[in-house]
Amino acid sequence: MADISKIDDNIYEVPIGYRPGMRVPGRIYVSSVLKEMVEPGTIDQVANVACLPGIVKYSMAMPDAHLGYGFPIGGVAAFREEGGIISPGGVGFDINCGVRLLRSNLRAEAVEPRINTLIDALFEAIPSGLGATGRLHATDQQLTEAFVNGSRWAVEEGYGVEADLTHCEESGCMPGAQPAQISAKARKRGRPQLGTLGSGNHFLEIQRVEEIYDEARAKQFGLFKGQITVMIHCGSRGAGHQICTDHLEVLNKAVKKYGIDIPDKQLACAPLGSPEANNYFGAMVCAANYAWANRHIIAHWTREVFERYFPGSKLDLVYDVAHNVAKIEEHLVDGKRERLYVHRKGATRAFGPSRSEVPQAYADVGQPVLIPGSMGTASYVLCGCDRALELTFGSACHGAGRVMSRSQALKQFTGQNVKAALNRDGIVVKATSPGMLAEEAPQVYKPSGDVVDVVHNLGIASKVARLVPMGVSKG
Amino acid sequence: MIAFEYLEHTADIKFRAYGKTPEEMLCNAAAALFNSMVQPETIAAKESWRVELEADDLEDLAYKWLSEIVFLFETESSVFSAFSVKLDQDAAGLWRLQAEIGGERIDLKRHAFANEVKAITRHKFGIKKNEVWCIQVILDV
Repeated sequence: MADISKIDDNIYEVPIGYRPGMRVPGRIYVSSVLKEMVEPGTIDQVANVACLPGIVKYSMAMPDAHLGYGFPIGGVAAFREEGGIISPGGVGFDINCGVRLLRSNLRAEAVEPRINTLIDALFEAIPSGLGATGRLHATDQQLTEAFVNGSRWAVEEGYGVEADLTHCEESGCMPGAQPAQISAKARKRGRPQLGTLGSGNHFLEIQRVEEIYDEARAKQFGLFKGQITVMIHCGSRGAGHQICTDHLEVLNKAVKKYGIDIPDKQLACAPLGSPEANNYFGAMVCAANYAWANRHIIAHWTREVFERYFPGSKLDLVYDVAHNVAKIEEHLVDGKRERLYVHRKGATRAFGPSRSEVPQAYADVGQPVLIPGSMGTASYVLCGCDRALELTFGSACHGAGRVMSRSQALKQFTGQNVKAALNRDGIVVKATSPGMLAEEAPQVYKPSGDVVDVVHNLGIASKVARLVPMGVSKG
Repeated sequence: MIAFEYLEHTADIKFRAYGKTPEEMLCNAAAALFNSMVQPETIAAKESWRVELEADDLEDLAYKWLSEIVFLFETESSVFSAFSVKLDQDAAGLWRLQAEIGGERIDLKRHAFANEVKAITRHKFGIKKNEVWCIQVILDV
């Protein structure tokens, strides 16, 4: 990492001048061990983001940072309302890809003997994988409702309960949706897929709380050792992908129109306040709401399956976080409160107790920060800390972060041997396309514990619990 | 001349596709896209689809072409193996593409997927002409 200097433990700086045109320095939050895993291309992407107009403080990368397109994965950047921009390169194709955690009133011993049956039933109940279409058969009108009202719409349709809304980022519905900015193509991709898990790294996992680090906060989150939890990881499916594709085209024209110099066409953007920026934001909000409705419906079907095998069981929502999104937030900049457009691309919001956005139930402790492991490795629950506001605009990492390419993974693993290895560890896996398991082998990711420790040690978010997988349903 | 080759990329799939003409390059790029997901010999060109697109320059047209194939893959639940592309440019400089695509409906018993391509990125996306035409693409999977 030439030219990168260590500022403090777990903080490295990419200086202005690392590449021409940088307006602010870059900050990469990694341990000395993880630093060795950061590819030069990732640092280039941090530096590219630093060139965008109106960027505030730093172009940041979280400890799970790896090579993306436009922003690095794990990238965070905030832009001033005056003179700043919005870019789909800072959000990604899978808008509001995110994680939802449900806590049960069941103990692992009760579920373990039936884990195979349960995973089979969840795999049947929740459409997943390539070409999957929902059980929902949403009408065009319902699709619009999902775009505008997100989880609120889902609750009105009889999925889930009111309490789900108060335990979800943005209450499951971001304001500002503009369904008129959604193309017919995005609607065509999105409509049949509402209520589907998708493929790739998306999953539904039955987990056991293996370790509690902080009893008081765990109690506040309703977590205890030996408890069964369910984690759902998915996003806005084809709707989000098409919305990003459509608006990239518009914004690449906007870049020429407004004379913005960008180092990468995936960083296509428009000045905040311009029609192009407003239209993208309105469409992005629609996709974010769609994703919340999607995870909400999947959670409802998960409850139905649990009720079938464990009558009277409860699955309450702990929290639901977005990790690919741009938000309008107020932050302190040089002692002054400013409205900023905070882009989080593969990064989770990690607000501490001082923020009004934290759900009332967690107002004393900060929001739950959900960090999924890779398939077969531990996931973590942390709580957001106010220190994150100073360091990262209230952001933490979103996962483990890839360290091995897909082609290398395919050379080293097959779907069958990955599945067999997980089975040996007592983890049941059911997948639509077993061939795709090879690329998601646990070894292709950084150790999730190392990534989480950086966040914990920096004081961005504090460890509350560790969850280990018992069964996984994959696309 | 090879039709296409894959390059190392940590998180996604990167390839270069070549052609003696821009038409051939665009056909080979589409083949590379599908080859990253499914073995092409398992795909029979039983049905055909027509695509018509236009753009201000060849690079934007290529981006639209590959994005359109991803759209058809998803909305038609189909995989494709045969591509024929015609290009022309009008007096005002506007590029037009007319293509015919051959493929079939996805059958998971025969089509074993190694990946699912979700979108075409613009990151390091570009076309060059030296001895042959070359397009570089990074796929979001």
